Amino acid sequence: MMDALNELKKIAEKIYEDLANARVPSIQLPSRTKSNIKFDERYRVWKYGSQKITRAANTLAGAYMLLRTVYTLDFIRQMIEQRKTSTLRELYYISEGWGEAKFHSQDESDKLAEDLEILTRRLREDLKLRPEEDGARVIGDIVIEEVTRKGEKRRIHCQDDVGDSGYSIPYNVEKEKIKFIETNADKVIAIETGGMFDRLVENEFDEKSNAILVHLKGQPARSTRRFIKRLNEELNLPVIVFTDGDPWSYRIFASIAYGAIKTAHISEYLATPSAQFLGVTPSDILSYDLPSDALTKEDIDALNSELSDPRFHDEFWINEIKLQLEIKKKAEQQALAKYGLDYVTDVYLPEKLAEMGYEM
Amino acid sequence: MPIAEELAKKQRQISIAEFFERNKQILGFDNLTKAMITSVKEAVDNALDACEEAGILPDIIVKIEEEGENEYKISIEDNGPGIVKSQIPHVFARLLYGSRFHSLKQSRGQQGIGISAVVLYAQLTTGKPITVISKIGSGFPAHKYKLLIDTKRNMPNIVSEEILHWDKKSGTLVEFHIKGKYVKNRKQSVYGYLRSTAIVNPHAFIKLIEPDGNEIIFERISDKLPKQPREIKPHPNGIELGTLLKMLKETKAKRLSSFLSKEFSSISSQKAKEILKIAGVDGNLPPYEVSVEKAKKIIDAFKKIKFIAPPTDCLSPIGKNLIKRGLRKETMQLSPEFISTDMRSPSVFSGIPFLVETGIVYGGNLPRDSKVEILRFANKVPLLYQEGNCVITEAIKNIDWRRYGLEQKGGRGVPYGPAIILVHVASVNVPFLSESKEAIAHIEEIEHEIRLSLQQCARKMRIHLSKKAKKAKAKDKFLLITKILPAIAEKVSSIVGKPKPSLDEIITQIMNIVWIEDAIEEDNGSVKSIINITNYRKTRHSFNLFAEIPGKEFLENISPEPERIEENYIMWHVDINPKEKKSFVFRLKKESELDENNLYIDGLNPVYVIGAEKWEGE
Repeated sequence: MMDALNELKKIAEKIYEDLANARVPSIQLPSRTKSNIKFDERYRVWKYGSQKITRAANTLAGAYMLLRTVYTLDFIRQMIEQRKTSTLRELYYISEGWGEAKFHSQDESDKLAEDLEILTRRLREDLKLRPEEDGARVIGDIVIEEVTRKGEKRRIHCQDDVGDSGYSIPYNVEKEKIKFIETNADKVIAIETGGMFDRLVENEFDEKSNAILVHLKGQPARSTRRFIKRLNEELNLPVIVFTDGDPWSYRIFASIAYGAIKTAHISEYLATPSAQFLGVTPSDILSYDLPSDALTKEDIDALNSELSDPRFHDEFWINEIKLQLEIKKKAEQQALAKYGLDYVTDVYLPEKLAEMGYEM
Repeated sequence: MPIAEELAKKQRQISIAEFFERNKQILGFDNLTKAMITSVKEAVDNALDACEEAGILPDIIVKIEEEGENEYKISIEDNGPGIVKSQIPHVFARLLYGSRFHSLKQSRGQQGIGISAVVLYAQLTTGKPITVISKIGSGFPAHKYKLLIDTKRNMPNIVSEEILHWDKKSGTLVEFHIKGKYVKNRKQSVYGYLRSTAIVNPHAFIKLIEPDGNEIIFERISDKLPKQPREIKPHPNGIELGTLLKMLKETKAKRLSSFLSKEFSSISSQKAKEILKIAGVDGNLPPYEVSVEKAKKIIDAFKKIKFIAPPTDCLSPIGKNLIKRGLRKETMQLSPEFISTDMRSPSVFSGIPFLVETGIVYGGNLPRDSKVEILRFANKVPLLYQEGNCVITEAIKNIDWRRYGLEQKGGRGVPYGPAIILVHVASVNVPFLSESKEAIAHIEEIEHEIRLSLQQCARKMRIHLSKKAKKAKAKDKFLLITKILPAIAEKVSSIVGKPKPSLDEIITQIMNIVWIEDAIEEDNGSVKSIINITNYRKTRHSFNLFAEIPGKEFLENISPEPERIEENYIMWHVDINPKEKKSFVFRLKKESELDENNLYIDGLNPVYVIGAEKWEGE
């Protein structure tokens, strides 16, 4: 932990040196836009490129930003020294007492936490910050050993030892917290919506298809993505992503497979490059004749933006996105219920998995 | 053909009542709301004209009472010169009485049909006579008449008359009963009309008592009566054949040559000879013998000759200071941030002198997302209807307001934004689009003048807005150097455990400007303008500072001693060291209406200055 502390101090020292030498204080960060993400051949994930932005105190916005940075790093320094942690939301509220350095929205403090991760090259957890939301749920034939808050090691079989809502992924999923003991599953299926996750659980699809089912809860939390990555890397399980058929769901897939733009500084740690997209694809909307909704203006804008997003530059995505812009339709996972409650587990998923080369 | 002539012709054929019924629109009585406004307007316009002619500051009371379904009693009382007894029945109960044809004069009376039309409307809708009380001075009795119009003969029908004591030096009170509708909260209302009237008649006191008993007072804000407009004779440019024939018939001149030089402006006897020579008409001819044929030749000759412009001192503008005060008073509840007004010098179209005045009110609580409010005036009378057809609206639409800080789709059309645009056209003969006299015709010269005048106001608005934006930026920087930067320094010093470094040099680096702040205060009945200059640059600077003033005559004192004082500005020479702060102060009389400083600098790159523009010369 001394390590993170040192990194934080370095930032403070840089700013102090600027002031002492009559230079306008500034810090540099990689630009966090889609034009500045580059494919990293070594890790096969998308990471920030070389574009930098400078935050300097010669503008009011830049000065506020620096002021908040020094207050936040001082706060983290104290937490490290006192062995405490805080949630991102607590960080936001703590700033109430910081006078001019106060955050005006949690978005600001969340972003600053990410900035500090980038600047210190440490994870949020090392900075003693944790997210609000718990990780998502898991059901499947796997045994996990978790270190509880009392320091005891507890083994959990994610079918036998859990209720229907499954095993809940903690915010810290590193090895010191959880270990994978054994599994008989041969794949991981990550599911966007709770409704569909529950459908697959009720239909016992984890057993029928020998899969570990992971509920993503919309845009997956870091811990969920990290958990999936570890399943993939340590247990060699292929990862299959099953979402709604709309541009926002494709971004969920991209954040799992390629890394999210916001967290591209830790993509190699969070992303699972071999993850595959199962559906719902625009082609599925046509071939399964699914009930659909018309695309909104926002949907169309998002699809077009994806066409210019380097993460989506492969044949599959370009074709599917163009098809969707053409048919101007989107469909939810649960639209498959059109053909009955068992259709998704009896027909759709087996067919799609077979197409992708998986045997049932 | 002028409406009057048309009316006169038709009067012979049909009864006045019938004519009225057919032409309600032209006369301004086409619906109940409009009838109400027109009725009040005719009486108030008369009252204002009469008071001004007599050199009296007008006190006018308008009272409206509801008497039944869509039936109202309206009374309008003034403190004007009164009307002599024998004239009262004719003024009120004869249509078209006393219309003048050949003299041209800027007056409100040009608009509308006259009070007798209101009397007729009252008579046709409620059957009740008009009551008139008038007194011409102390020592005279007041006369009270009840009058109807004999519509067959167009003569007064005196219902009753009496003499009474009226506790008033002089004045006139009219009271009539009409079918109408009283509306509130919109521009096209009695209130809207009176509010607009108050803006351009700052010398008038007007009280409105609404049907629900609510009293609204439009205070007098100027004790100076407007200059009396002067009558002028027609100018040969733009005269019509019909008018010329009528003038020929009615003149007292014995010979055509003297008729030309006496009855027209800008025709000397020398010019008269030239006209007659070109027209090939004998100047010794008695005017009444001039045939239509010959009159046409004279008009053709008029067109071939260059005349000097008609006199323009015949116009009575409101003046840019008074318009500003009027606008400020009537928009006080909206607390606008900026008012600018402008007055053009007189100009001429078709031989008719006219003059344009404009004003723009910006900001405060004016609605930001709707179209700007347009206040149109002709000879100090508000124009409430037909906004879309008026040259004023057209001129506004043809200006690219985006350049001046208002929103406008495609740079054309009525702009959007928190503003009121006022335009006043004064003329001895306002060219109305139609006989209803609610919109001014599209005369190129008039549009041109309106455009130039509005652009002048708009430029000032733009300067104001850019100054405001710059000041907001300066404020940001000030917050940065006084609060944020010291807070950063304190925090990092405590983290690294070292003493707090001095920030002076960084502050100079970040600011890197000469900062000019100004404020205007009212102080002991005068206006005090304070200009503070701080040098946040590393070098000493030496430059000239110019402060605009509305006129030298308003100056009370200046400190320190300026380099120069000119009619429209004061100039100081400023020498200022890094981190130094200097103050410059001047006082003006309150009447100067100074409400915003316009500051300029010369001898220092403007990119290093916040709070003043580059001096572009005089």
